[in-house]
Amino acid sequence: MTRMTIDELREHLCAAYPDLCPLFSVEFGDGVLLVDSARLREALEDLKELGFDRLGMVTAVDFGDEFELVYRLTSRSMRVGMFVKARVPRSIASVRSTVDLWPSADWQEREIFDLFGIVFEAHPDLRRILLTDDWVGHPLRKDYIDDSIIRRPDYL
Amino acid sequence: MSAECRTVVNVGPSHPSTHGVCRVLVELDGEIVRRAEPIIGYLHRGIEKMAENRSYLQVVPLTDRLDYVGSMYANWAYCRAVERLAGIRVPERAEYIRVIVCELQRIASHMMSIGSTGADTGAFTAFMYAFNQREQVVDLFEALSGSRLTYNYVRPGGVGADLPEGWVERCREFVAQHPAAMMEIDDLLFGNVICRARTKGIGVLTPHDAIGWGASGPVARGSGVDWDLRRDDPYSVYPRLDFTVPLGERGDCYDRGRVRLWECVESCRIVTQALDQLEPGPVQAEGLPRLLAPRPGDAYDHIESARGSLGVYLVSDGSVRPYRMHVRSPAFANLALLPMLAEGHTLSDLVVVLGSLDPVFGEVDR
Amino acid sequence: MAGVDEFARALEDTPGGGVVLTSIDAISNWARGHSLWIMPMGTACCAMELIAASFSRFDFDRHGSIPRPDPRHTDVMVVAGTITKKMAPSVKLLWEQMPEPKWCVAMGNCAVSGGIFHHDTYSVIRGVDEFLPVDVYIAGCPPRPESLQDGLLRLREKVRSESISPSRRRTVEGLLPLPGGEKR
Repeated sequence: MTRMTIDELREHLCAAYPDLCPLFSVEFGDGVLLVDSARLREALEDLKELGFDRLGMVTAVDFGDEFELVYRLTSRSMRVGMFVKARVPRSIASVRSTVDLWPSADWQEREIFDLFGIVFEAHPDLRRILLTDDWVGHPLRKDYIDDSIIRRPDYL
Repeated sequence: MSAECRTVVNVGPSHPSTHGVCRVLVELDGEIVRRAEPIIGYLHRGIEKMAENRSYLQVVPLTDRLDYVGSMYANWAYCRAVERLAGIRVPERAEYIRVIVCELQRIASHMMSIGSTGADTGAFTAFMYAFNQREQVVDLFEALSGSRLTYNYVRPGGVGADLPEGWVERCREFVAQHPAAMMEIDDLLFGNVICRARTKGIGVLTPHDAIGWGASGPVARGSGVDWDLRRDDPYSVYPRLDFTVPLGERGDCYDRGRVRLWECVESCRIVTQALDQLEPGPVQAEGLPRLLAPRPGDAYDHIESARGSLGVYLVSDGSVRPYRMHVRSPAFANLALLPMLAEGHTLSDLVVVLGSLDPVFGEVDR
Repeated sequence: MAGVDEFARALEDTPGGGVVLTSIDAISNWARGHSLWIMPMGTACCAMELIAASFSRFDFDRHGSIPRPDPRHTDVMVVAGTITKKMAPSVKLLWEQMPEPKWCVAMGNCAVSGGIFHHDTYSVIRGVDEFLPVDVYIAGCPPRPESLQDGLLRLREKVRSESISPSRRRTVEGLLPLPGGEKR
């Protein structure tokens, strides 16, 4: 099959799931679906149904009061990739795991748990992966403080 | 057999056959691996955190140290993300040079992987032959960037410097002799009955699992998953170049190794074509400020590295530093397959399976 | 070593034995200096150069420096690459397993001082000399195999000043505690 453009993807998505349609936008040439954290799981299930068979990347971004979860999905049949983003509040940083949809989420969610402290419910084995088990804190949070960090002088 | 009979063996973190600092916790039943759990993070250097306190240009040297067997890839993937974020147009000559260096890098990186397959299966001579080829590529890169390993050559907006005098001829000489050398290594390694017995039917990965677990690169293509970003999500000048994507059939260690071998031959074809099409011109975009400050937003771009699809996700808040950088590392995704692939094989096969996944721990741990 | 120790102690006790010992020292140091087996503690990028160094192009075997991954067979630990807080206990354990006399070479900026990973990072130990007694520092990111060769030849000079005599033996200062306490 030939490569699908962003507009074709939008049409395809809107035809199959009209409720997801208003959430779809285009940013820097990539399709982005911005969903509410409560509906995240549902949206991901729908997209898997639609043909997104690969979860390339899961990561998180610290935006102060909220964490943004970023899912990068790829479809081999449509030859297109897109993002799904959802924000979770910092105070209750928890979201449903997607390991049962795409096994590749396994280690990536462990990494997010390790470095951001976001809990993935129903993850089969949620432990620290990169840091030692007795590490205190989650280093990629913007407010992480560690006495051993030496700040770099501001040369630019 | 009951759980009481199991022996737990700790392989690593400093072990000659783990290709880096990986620790594998293996549960053995006699010599059969019942469970293998990779424990990673021994080289977690916090590059993603460091990038948040560097300017966009200063992050490029950090990306070198991610995949240290193939530094050009991480350079390029990062630069593509920055270019997408800042809307930089790269001159055509720079794009061709990037393709040339990245295909050469694929050869250098695969030589390491194929060679270590030889070392893992007891054919150390093949490692020497492969390394001989790798050293020639490294020499070409040294002429280009001044460094043997960490090149810092691909920069946002182009490449660091134009090709030095005589480089094109040297490069042509190399790609002319390389396919013959590959055939020799093929005979020496994959024609060897011991190596065939050690790799065929070992660590079989089904296409379904390869897709589900997010495997990419030679690991996925060894299982017959026909997915190559150079062709399926074409970037740079790849649409103008003619090449085939080698595929495996059975998805075992042998097929993964053979796919790498044929990719090297294909890379030679790509380099030859790119050198033919190379036109004079600028190699760096005009009028780039020294301090890039892209508008707020986020961008993701990926390229096909020697290990698979290597992506960089960048978030900008409008300042001169990235707000967040994340590297989607193919080696990380591929290594997650190890427990599944090693199960049921002997302990000595675990080493071969791990080698065939070709993890580079700078990239796995970041 | 026990036999050599006894022999050296007995010789030193005899009047004039010290003179005999110096020439034995010369022989033993010559032998030691020309067969410095390497424990390749390669963790990151520098490990690639360490591999290249031992292969046909640079061929460190001709200096008698053969890489052996078993710490109990080796004389020199070449720490090549970044040492993280998670890795440090293993490096220390391997160092303790090496028999005396032993030397340590810090290869590359990361092992010397943390190098490019000195600032802003939470998981890197800034130089292997924070917990191991380093004899030779080799700068570079990564150093070329020629630099490693130079470093090993300098180490050979250092070995020349060693003595098997108990009273003149170089004492390796005790291992330093790991940064941040033993727990990590």
